[in-house]
Order: sequence, then structure tokens, then C-alpha cells
Amino acid sequence: MSGPTRYRIALVALLLTALVAVGGCPPSAAPKEPVSPAVPPPPSKTKATSGPEESTGSGLSGLATAQFAPNVPDIKVGAYLALSGPQATFGQSTRKAIELAADEINAAGGIGSKQITLIVKDDRSRKEDAASCVRMLIDQDKVDAILGEVASSNSLAAAPLCQEAGVPMITPSSTNPRVTQVGDCIFRVCFIDDFQGEVMARFVRNTLQAQKAAILTDLANDYSVGLGKRFREVFTELGGQIVAGDTSYAEGDKDFSGPLTKIAAADPDVLFVPGYYTDVALVAKQARTHGLRATICGGDGYDSSKLVELAGEAANGLYFSDHCWKGDPSPTVRNFYQAYQAKHGAEPDALAALGYDAMYVLAHAFARAGSTDKAAVRDALAGTREFAGVTGTFSIDAQRNAKKAAVVLTIKDGAQALAETIPAD
Amino acid sequence: MHGGLAQQVVEQAFNALFNGSVWALIAVGYSMVYGVLKLINFAHGEVFMVGAFVGYLAVVELHWPWMAGLGLAMVACPLLALLIERAAYRPLRAAPRLAALITAIGVSLLLQNLAIRIFSAEPKGYPRLLSDSALRLVIIGTAIACTVALHEVVHRTQVGTAIRAVSHDREAAALMGINVNRIVAIAFVLGSAAAGVAGVLYGMYYNVEPLMGFRPGLYAFVAAVLGGIGSVRGAAVGGLALGILLVAASSIAIPLGGEAALELSKYKTTITFLVLTAALLFRPAGLLGRGQVQKL
Repeated sequence: MSGPTRYRIALVALLLTALVAVGGCPPSAAPKEPVSPAVPPPPSKTKATSGPEESTGSGLSGLATAQFAPNVPDIKVGAYLALSGPQATFGQSTRKAIELAADEINAAGGIGSKQITLIVKDDRSRKEDAASCVRMLIDQDKVDAILGEVASSNSLAAAPLCQEAGVPMITPSSTNPRVTQVGDCIFRVCFIDDFQGEVMARFVRNTLQAQKAAILTDLANDYSVGLGKRFREVFTELGGQIVAGDTSYAEGDKDFSGPLTKIAAADPDVLFVPGYYTDVALVAKQARTHGLRATICGGDGYDSSKLVELAGEAANGLYFSDHCWKGDPSPTVRNFYQAYQAKHGAEPDALAALGYDAMYVLAHAFARAGSTDKAAVRDALAGTREFAGVTGTFSIDAQRNAKKAAVVLTIKDGAQALAETIPAD
Repeated sequence: MHGGLAQQVVEQAFNALFNGSVWALIAVGYSMVYGVLKLINFAHGEVFMVGAFVGYLAVVELHWPWMAGLGLAMVACPLLALLIERAAYRPLRAAPRLAALITAIGVSLLLQNLAIRIFSAEPKGYPRLLSDSALRLVIIGTAIACTVALHEVVHRTQVGTAIRAVSHDREAAALMGINVNRIVAIAFVLGSAAAGVAGVLYGMYYNVEPLMGFRPGLYAFVAAVLGGIGSVRGAAVGGLALGILLVAASSIAIPLGGEAALELSKYKTTITFLVLTAALLFRPAGLLGRGQVQKL
């Protein structure tokens, strides 16, 4: 090897090594740095000493005055959300609400006079990025707990990492049942698709009086597949008939002419599309062109301020299940609505409400645990009872899910309107 | 049953024609550039995307009528394509073909990410300017008009003869006094104008987003190859063939007896590319292509 070539090779090797070090491939066997201080945490307040009727804390009460381990400088909460990409409105709403909650808590004195530090990462609506964001939050930012994600596929990608590291994770809005089944560190503050699918199937069968329904699922999307399956189960149980087979699309498809023409030929009363707003907008627009007279219904993936912009007039008459209704007159909802509107200049959607509740549930878990010890926080989360949030009053059950009421919303004249309220089953 | 099987087939054929029209409009650009430069212009899908954004900005920000937006895209896209040709491809004309190919991919990624930076990756919708059924007819009509027009240009005009000469043998054409640079530029302009038109119409029918050029670009490339790359007619035929293939794959269910049926839509991408591969195995120069005899 000639002299100059050897030096060039060495230089390139050096550059590559530097790139790798800076790029931050985290060492796989990172020793777990104990976050809890030298002072042992106070005796566990996490065993549910409160019975099912007694609340373990809601709102700001009890947070600032909680007893907290003194050596901890602050409480680091990480969040991984889709701030860009096709599901950007999901992540943006949730982020704004989480920030609102954290700011409120900090302004009122934090948790046991410790401030919350929020670290938010953008996973660009992609599950690969979700996993790497969480990897960074755990290894580099060393967060005490994680909030995220909205899309079930992304939560499923990241949950195993949190479980393995013992970091408690709360998903505000992922409804696929498998998310919390990943492990005992994974929680959610929303209902699951077993319930949501049933809600819509009943609504479609009983309120919309549909005899025949067709289903169009997004095969690449765990949420869509799970919700579609559950809808099919319950709808047929209730005596309805599923027509046009099992049509599907792949996320990112824009043209639905093939499946829609086929579905139109079967003339269903309802077309159930359990997908996200970007795809649903296109389906709705194209449905009329293909002679489909069916009402299009779906789940909480429709909840986005962009749905009407993308679907135009075709958005009117859609029905979808959701977690809460922003027009709810209860004081908790109205206060949240006004605070969010004042701070961000936009109306909150259900995802924002869930993000807000998730942050408060987490804050109360920290307060009851009295430290940032992950196991203690995890136990405290599991013991959450009768939390009075914007999205309702709920407890975390043994499967780490929340039993909550649902609403069915519709779009009328380009805006969301309430169609029906369904109590927690 | 709403419409029998015959009606369904007719409607699906129309869907295929509609989809095929979009790809044909884009495929024409791939064919022309490949013809004169033997280069697959991977950045062509992004020219399509830029056309869509130009139209979107004209209509939504400047409040122009949509046809004016179309006209603007027909100007902007060729300009962009000329810029790419000058800056990225011309310097590499003598370099190995792989270098130009990789540069093309690089330009594609550059444009995509630039668009994400400027516009954010969220899809944007047009206000309702034209009914969807009317828009479908416009797209099909435009595709037919453009492909016919381009075919006439390539086969009946002097410029067209020069283009064909350059595609046949670039050096010989230069020796015959043809200004190769000018001809290459014209080829880019013609192809990109068509892509710009496709972009605006596509954006009006679906939506507009920075990554919208990836899949149509890929499908158009496949269509161009399927039909016989280098020929305008090939691009049209390829587009139609691919449209039929995809619509069929996304809606056919093979009955398996009783209630069960095999839904092909689950495998539509797989099926499409399998058929493409098979077609090329039997006709490597494409459906309309003729194998070129290498005279040594």
C-alpha cells in the first residue's frame, strides 16, 4: 500500500469513527444509572389504600405539596410524538396539551416543589423513528417516564424498549389492546379498540339502522386492522351483514377507485373505514364519485382539524367514535378548552384532552411515589383510581387500561358535532 | 345489486384508464429523457411534485383560476428540469452512467426534503374547483391530448427527428450538425411540462404533499419500462397496462368456495411487480419495444 493511500484510509476510518460516536449509537449494554437519590424513597404510598370510590388525586390538588425525595433536581418526562408527517395533527395536539399541563403544574409549584422538564421528540409518523426516539429518551436524556404515542403501530414499536428498561410509559391515545400487553410498565389513559369497535358496531346497527356494511382496512396499520376486526365481530353478532368481502388498502395509497367501485356494487348502508384522517379524507372524496351512497364511519383516527380541509364537502355526514367531546359543558372540560385555546389559539381535540390527562395522571403517580424511582412510579400508576380528567373520571385497571365512556361524533357543515354518548360498558 | 358485473367491469376499466392516464403523463417524461440521454431521471417524480405545489400556491395563495395554475406549472417545471439538467446531469455526461443515476437519486431526495422543510410534510387539500367526475375526465383527456401531441412532435417535426437522431446515436447526431445540448434541453422541457400538468391535476384530485412524487414516479417509471422505454406510445400503453393491472389487483377476490374468498388487494403491490417482472422476462424491451440490434 503506498504512503498517501494509507493515510487516506486512516483519515476515513477516523472520520467514520467520529461520525459513529457523534451520531450516538447507544452502547447496547448501558449500565442502568440509578436515578433515585441516596436517600431511600419514603415508604410506598402506592398500594391502593384508597378503595375503588376514593380518588388517588386529580387536577392540581396535592401536587405541589407532595413529599418528594430531596436530592432529585427535577422530574424528566420524555414524549415521542408525530410532529411531522401524515399524522402530524395527532402529535401536535398531544404535544401542545402535554406542554400546557406541564406548564400548569410547574407554575403551581411543580410536584413536591420539583419542576417537570419535558423532552419532546418527533417520530415523523413512522414506527422506526418512534423506536429510535424512545431509545434516545431512555439512554441519552435519561428520562424518568415516557408519554406517547398516539398511533398504535408506533406505540407497539416503542413499548418493548420502555418495558425492557423499566421506564413507565403512558400512551395517551393508542387504542389497540396489544399495546399494554407488552408489559407491566406500559399504561394507557384511553379505552381500547375492543370497546371502540363495539361502540361503532352498535351505533351503526342500532342508531343508523344499517343492515349491510362493508369494511375497508389499512393493512399496514395495527390500529386499523384491530378495530376493523372488532367491528366485524360485533356487527355480525348483532345480525348485520358484512358485504364486499375484506377490502383493504396500504397506508399512503391515494387512489381507492378499485376497492370503492367493488364496494359500491354491493351497495352497503355503511362503509366502515377504521383509518387515519389523511386516508379517510381521500376515501370520502372518492366515494361519491364511484356511486357509493353508504354512510362512512370510523374511529378516533378521524379526529383532526385537517379532516375537513382534506375531504371538503365529503366530510359532512361522517360518523366516528371518539374519547370526548369538546362541547361538553362540564367545568373541567370548559376550563381545559379555554386554557388550551388561550395558550395555543386553536381548539383542542380529543387527543389533546387525552395528552393533558396523561400528563396529570403521571404527575399524580410521581406525587404518590414520592420519588423518581421507576418501579415506585410504575406501581403508583397502576394504583390510579377515580382520576377526574377532561376525558372523564376513570381508574387504571388490572390490564393497565382505562374504562371510559365514548362519544360518537359527526361532521355537520364542516364542523364536529355530537351524535351520541355511550357510557363505559 | 347496484349494477351487475358488466357495469362493474366497465367502471373498473374507467378507473384503470384514469390511473393509467396519470402515469402515462409522467412516464412520457421518463421516456424522453431516457431516449436522449440513456439516463433514468429519478428526479422526475419530484418535478411532478413541484408542479403540484406550484399549482397549489397559485390557486390557494394567489387565488388564480386553476387553469392559470396549470399554465404556471407548465412553465415552472421545465425551468426546474432545465436547472437540474444543467447543474446535475450535464457535467456527468461523459462519466459512467452509474454516477448520473446516483446523482438523479440525490436530486430527488434533495427536492423532497426541501419541500418538507418549506411546506411541512402534511398533506394539503385544494378547495373544490371542479367536480371530481369532471376532473377525472379532464385528466384522461389531458393525458390523451398530451401523448398524441408529443408523439406528433417526435415523429412529424424537424425537432422530433433531431430528438430521434440523438436517441439513436448521440455522437453521430452531433457529427450531423445537431446541437445535442439543445435537443436534450428540449426533451427535458417537453417531458417536464407533461409532468407539471399531471402534478396539478393529481393534486386537485387527491392532495398535495412533499412525498407525493415517490409512488407515482415509481409507477410511471414501471409503466415506461413496461411499454418500452424511449417511446411516447410505449409510455401511454405502459400506463394503461399498469392501470389495468393495479385496479384488477386491488379489487378482484377469487372465490374459494362458500363465504371465503382470496382478496387480492392484500397483495396488490406484490402481484403488480410480479406481473411486471414476468412481462419483462418475455419482452425485455417492453410491450411496444423492439430489441435493438447492435451492429458491431
